[in-house]
Amino acid sequence: MSRLTDANVVIAKEIIARYPRAKSALIPLLHLSQEQNGYITREAMVQLGELVGVTSAEVYGTATFYEMFRFEPVGKYLINMCGTMSCALMGAGELMHHAEHKLGVKAGGTTDDGMFTLAHAECQAACTEAPTLQVNYRYRFRVTPADFDSLIDDLRAGKLADEIPQHGVLAKVRQRIPADKGVGAVAPEDVTEGPAWLDGKPAL
Amino acid sequence: MTTVDPTNTTHVDPNAVSLTINGKSVSARKGDLIIAAADKANEFIPRFCYHPRMAPAGMCRQCLVEVEGPRGPMMVVSCMTPVAEGQVVRTETEQVKKAQEGVLELLLANHPLDCPVCDKGGECPLQDQAFSHGPGESRYVEEKRHYEKPIAISDNVFLDRERCILCDRCTRFADEVAGDALISFTSRGNNTQVMTFPDEPFSSYFSGNTVQICPVGALTAKPYRFKARPWDLDQVESTCTTCSVGCRTVVQSSRDELVRYQGVDIDPVNWGWLCDKGRFNFEAINSEDRLSTPYLKDAHGNHVATTWSSALETAARMIRTSLATSPESVAIIGGARGTNEDAFAWAQLADAIGVDQRDAQLADGLPAEVFSLAQATIDEAMAAQTIILLAPDLKEELPVLHLRIRDVAQKRKAKVVEITSRPTGLTPSAWKSVMVEPGKAASTIRAGLDQSILKQIGSGTVSVVVGRMNLAESAESVVLALAEILHVAPQAKVLPVLRRGNVRGAITAGLTPQRGAADTAEILALAAAGKIDTLVLLGSDPLSDVPDADLARRGLAGARNIISIDTFMTPSTSQADVVLPAAAYGEKNGTTTNLEGRISNIAQKITPAGTARPDWMIAVELASALGKDLGLGSVEDVTAKLAKTVAQFAPAADTKALRHDGVVMNRLTPITLNRAEAPANDRNSYDYRIVSFRKLYDSGISTAKSPSLVTLAIGATVVVHPLDLDRIGVQAGAHVQVIGEKATVVLPVSTSEDVLRGTAWLPFNQPGNDAREMFDVNATVVDVRIEKLS
Repeated sequence: MSRLTDANVVIAKEIIARYPRAKSALIPLLHLSQEQNGYITREAMVQLGELVGVTSAEVYGTATFYEMFRFEPVGKYLINMCGTMSCALMGAGELMHHAEHKLGVKAGGTTDDGMFTLAHAECQAACTEAPTLQVNYRYRFRVTPADFDSLIDDLRAGKLADEIPQHGVLAKVRQRIPADKGVGAVAPEDVTEGPAWLDGKPAL
Repeated sequence: MTTVDPTNTTHVDPNAVSLTINGKSVSARKGDLIIAAADKANEFIPRFCYHPRMAPAGMCRQCLVEVEGPRGPMMVVSCMTPVAEGQVVRTETEQVKKAQEGVLELLLANHPLDCPVCDKGGECPLQDQAFSHGPGESRYVEEKRHYEKPIAISDNVFLDRERCILCDRCTRFADEVAGDALISFTSRGNNTQVMTFPDEPFSSYFSGNTVQICPVGALTAKPYRFKARPWDLDQVESTCTTCSVGCRTVVQSSRDELVRYQGVDIDPVNWGWLCDKGRFNFEAINSEDRLSTPYLKDAHGNHVATTWSSALETAARMIRTSLATSPESVAIIGGARGTNEDAFAWAQLADAIGVDQRDAQLADGLPAEVFSLAQATIDEAMAAQTIILLAPDLKEELPVLHLRIRDVAQKRKAKVVEITSRPTGLTPSAWKSVMVEPGKAASTIRAGLDQSILKQIGSGTVSVVVGRMNLAESAESVVLALAEILHVAPQAKVLPVLRRGNVRGAITAGLTPQRGAADTAEILALAAAGKIDTLVLLGSDPLSDVPDADLARRGLAGARNIISIDTFMTPSTSQADVVLPAAAYGEKNGTTTNLEGRISNIAQKITPAGTARPDWMIAVELASALGKDLGLGSVEDVTAKLAKTVAQFAPAADTKALRHDGVVMNRLTPITLNRAEAPANDRNSYDYRIVSFRKLYDSGISTAKSPSLVTLAIGATVVVHPLDLDRIGVQAGAHVQVIGEKATVVLPVSTSEDVLRGTAWLPFNQPGNDAREMFDVNATVVDVRIEKLS
């Protein structure tokens, strides 16, 4: 279950084919894996290593660089509360306190029903809209405690299922590049022609 | 038409670059790094991450130097910057000093400075360079970073992350040199640390090298942890004889006990690397189980400790009585574990008493004629455009040779063509792997290799690395295949890879069947038939090593008297009537010969266990008890006589040349191998054909008697292709019976896609029910059935 499903292996192979070196596909594949399970499982890392021809240790080394890859199960919804300066000034601390009470978990924890993981986050680059939070990396701006409550209630009731996918889903529409439209996997050392935008003109 | 001026002899090397370092004129080669050029000019630049045998990484920034540029002096990292014509480099200006001190202060910011309790203290590049190139004091007063100290990243390697300065040497080594990228930087950023994949240890055969090249005390090796301080160590340079690669080492002892081996970088052989078996098996020499006194078997069959004089007298009496019958009733097996001097003294003794039945190989090698083919050194073999492997898994048997071949393959300096019955450690680096069923190598090559391979072979220089690719397949089978290769590649040079430490030296010194006398297999068969009166086991253990357990057992049972000269009470030694304790590696001086014929010195560091003596001395004394004077009084005498007597050893007369790089023995006039039609060796479709070779860690004494290595042996098992497992009808892990013509052995079964369908892979000489029971030394191949336990 925690390895990639057969359908996802097909997608993984499609992704790998876009790169001249298989291991370059590692990060998109880690996203794919997180999309399937909500987090990156140990078995998935082993499998990705096999798929792109690197060791599990190398997959692990790559994956752990990125804060957005999670290695422990998270709730269906990961709520990242910004606590950096602008949000802090606009009441992020109180909002976090409220959220902890509302969900009944401390920051970093996951609710018993597996629905929500609450987490501190650094600046989300929306200071004009402080305080902000993200649910599965989808923004909510100028959040009041009342907004937070209704957000949680709506998520629980499934009302926002269209807007907010479960954790790990980057885009609801998967990018598919038909084989005849891709530039193809050409290794840099095999590129002989100048880039298309030069349009045959000599480089300056 | 150009005229040549004969007086103009200056030849301009297009790759020569001249530059100035600290005002000194330095010549270098195009592409050299500044730091390497400085090293050559004896201008030391401090460094942590730079290692001359690995690609530069520019991780530590300690090697900053000043290079004159168009806009004035510029700070560059000397391990990443290549030399250039007319470059002006300064390594000791105020600016450079300030930069280097700054880097060191930052490297030390989180370093615990626990030097007094650190194994590296006293030989630590960080400690040394903090003194020589550091600021003297730190402005960092905050709390340092803390990690759990130390964590085991493998059975033998411990990691202390607080001490680590993230130089990337170990991780680069694991990936680039060893090809086992089982450690990597994780949690990159403020918490970067070297780590394995969770719960997957750094189980590389080369892991000990990371400890040696770690420039701080972050990586330590279990066998040496807290054993000694560097200033307590006494050391000599020597040559490792664990296998026949002959890696150059430093043997270190403290209080007359071996505590550590370190690799020494010599260009022609090991480049500073060692395998973990060669690095850590000093534990066996220190073992409590070492034989330290002679033993005689009493009337009840028990071994009773005795004196050398009575043991030698008994041995001499046995030999004398046997000789009175016929010299053919005496035979000597072994000698490949000792020095050239040991082998030569025994050969001299055998000559003196007329014993022709002597063999340093245990029916697990190749006929000595492979040394008469056009030979290649390791360097010559690596320089070829095509390297053909007709050999066992070198990663398992000759690990550092594996590294050398992997190096040229990875850097695409040579194309490796592998002919094997099972993927090996080199398969991922090989250009082509030709999978052959055991017994079919010769006929496959004869039938015609792939056109692209033939084209490659025909296009340039070729070397053939030849060894016993499968111990369940006869030596003749390998020789036939070699003849076929040499037919398509007549220009090829051969690098024979016989495994045992000094097998080439022993054979060349005379421990090989003389005048067509019996070899080991024939000696054992003669013994089984009651025709051997006295069998001398010279550091050999036929019961464990001969690939035919039944023959070895019958042979030892049939020999009337057995004299064993060994370091341990091995299975064969325990059957001996006279047991003479031998001095082990590190306990004797002499020379050894590696697989390419390179003669180099091995050095004594500690006193032998108990009253153990070197083999050569035992030969001299036994000769004297037999009334023969070999005229050998010291090991130097033996070396000198060897160099004078055996033409191939003539270069050994220059004893200075035997140190460090050593010297390659004289070569014989090359012969050519005759091709012959190989038997069809067809297999019954219900049978499995055995593929067997050694793993690095087996039941041999250097693993079994080293506490740090003994747990690493995988144990006896049978491995088949997953689809074949379905055919047997059991789950992986279950026990099955492997039914051969000679014996049935019950073994746990596992699967691997690496095993060809219809073959079964069994590791050789592993703890447990061993595969050797089914082997037949007279059979070309061994076929078995595998069935469920009834």
